[in-house]
Amino acid sequence: MKNVAVAEAESLTKIGVRNLTVYYGAKLALESISMDVPPNQVTALIGPSGCGKSTFLRCLNRMNDQVPGVKIRGHVMLDGEPIYGPGVDAVDLRRRVGMVFQKSNPFPKSIFDNVAFGPRVHGQRDPVRLRELVERSLKHAALWEEVQDRLDASALDLSGGQQQRLCIARALAVEPEVLLMDEPASALDPIATAKIEELIHELKTHYTIVIVTHNMQQAARVSDLTAYFYLGRLIEHGPTEQIFTSPARQETEDYITGRFG
Amino acid sequence: MTLARRRRLVERVMFALSVGCMATALSVLFFLLGYITYQGISSLSLSFFTNLPAPVGEAGGGMANALLGSLKLLIAAACLGIPVGFLGGVYLAEYGGGKLGFLVRYAADVLNGVPSIVIGITVYALVVRPIGHFSTLAGGVALGLMIIPVALRSTEEFLRLVPASLREAAIALGAPRWVVIVRVVIPAGMRGIATGLVLALARVAGETAPLLFTAFNNRYWSEGWTQPTASLPVMIFTYAIAPYQDWHDQAWAAGLVLLALVLGANLIARFVLRRGGPIQGRA
Repeated sequence: MKNVAVAEAESLTKIGVRNLTVYYGAKLALESISMDVPPNQVTALIGPSGCGKSTFLRCLNRMNDQVPGVKIRGHVMLDGEPIYGPGVDAVDLRRRVGMVFQKSNPFPKSIFDNVAFGPRVHGQRDPVRLRELVERSLKHAALWEEVQDRLDASALDLSGGQQQRLCIARALAVEPEVLLMDEPASALDPIATAKIEELIHELKTHYTIVIVTHNMQQAARVSDLTAYFYLGRLIEHGPTEQIFTSPARQETEDYITGRFG
Repeated sequence: MTLARRRRLVERVMFALSVGCMATALSVLFFLLGYITYQGISSLSLSFFTNLPAPVGEAGGGMANALLGSLKLLIAAACLGIPVGFLGGVYLAEYGGGKLGFLVRYAADVLNGVPSIVIGITVYALVVRPIGHFSTLAGGVALGLMIIPVALRSTEEFLRLVPASLREAAIALGAPRWVVIVRVVIPAGMRGIATGLVLALARVAGETAPLLFTAFNNRYWSEGWTQPTASLPVMIFTYAIAPYQDWHDQAWAAGLVLLALVLGANLIARFVLRRGGPIQGRA
């Protein structure tokens, strides 16, 4: 039987990271990061280029496994289960932890086939069920209104902002628990960016979101928690409001106020 | 002379030189096309496509057996060369990072450089001798061996052009590696791969040397796959060195037909298969 206090603490942590250290070859990319990501909240990772925030994000769904010469030490827990443990299948993990990339990367297929790709890979063959899933995912990603009458059109004919929302819909169709976003709006214009940010607000009721961003205002607007990374280390981590109004560390304040970075 | 004037002068001279070289290259091609058309068109008639070669001394006749023979040779060559080349290319692009990949790539490049007559002799020793006679099959094997390295490298090249971001997208959706390859990477590169395969086939369609010792020639229809067969390139060779004027005319006609087929395949590959532009859309 579990202790009530422990169960409560666990329920406040969707992803628990302990002493995560990552090397690319001989280069130290992340140094002993420990951090908890609470469920149904948006956690923003900020910091200058090369600070390790993307590396950290990609450790959460084991995308770094793909990189040759990578060494990963430490623990990452999803709902208390170690994701780097023996017998954990990275393919199954990625089903629970979805990802949206900086540059929209729709498959050169139809809009429908893009969204249906994940469910099909995971064995969903029923056309009625697939249609429902596609419709629901596109609605969640706030794209349904714009594409409902042309689901068979090529995804590559959509605008940049639409493509990125399509990628979000595609990730949602797998019904993940966590959504990782790696600078999802950095290649978009302000209007498309606003749409994505609005979407992130709505999505957090269903998903735990971790977002990497270079844009301070964006971090302040969309996130509940903010983590500041610098040179592979986690400098400060806390409620967004606190980080942006009264950071505990001088380095954080320097970065946020634009004195450096 | 000022610096600016000298620069302008050098610019003009170099531009004239490069235009001149371009014109030379193009004029060779157009001369070739024009001359073969001029020589071949007069002997081209319906009977060329429908009749067997006429006996020596008799006018008329065609090369229907050589047309069919070339087609069968290409089918046999494709059956051998395309699967091996295509799947080998998939291996190289997706798994061929290590020593073995380097070895395969190197072997393919060496095979690509082997003179075609050597391929013909090798297949003669390995296929024709054991069977005891020349055959379409042996010719197909020789051409197929020549297709392998070309198909292999072009498949690899086009798969490598598929953006890494597409692979990442599929991996992040929880797709196992083979699904990523079969459902995302290969379809994304298919247009280019198909182009490469058609070009590889078109290239061997004009090969003569590997057929001399394998498919040989035949003045009649070749039944099945185990008889010697006529083919356009070998027919051209045989007719061109014969001492009869009407055979020379027929050789020109055959040359024109072969050229048209190869050019046609090239055009199809480049303009039909390539249509649709780059694999990745706008950002």
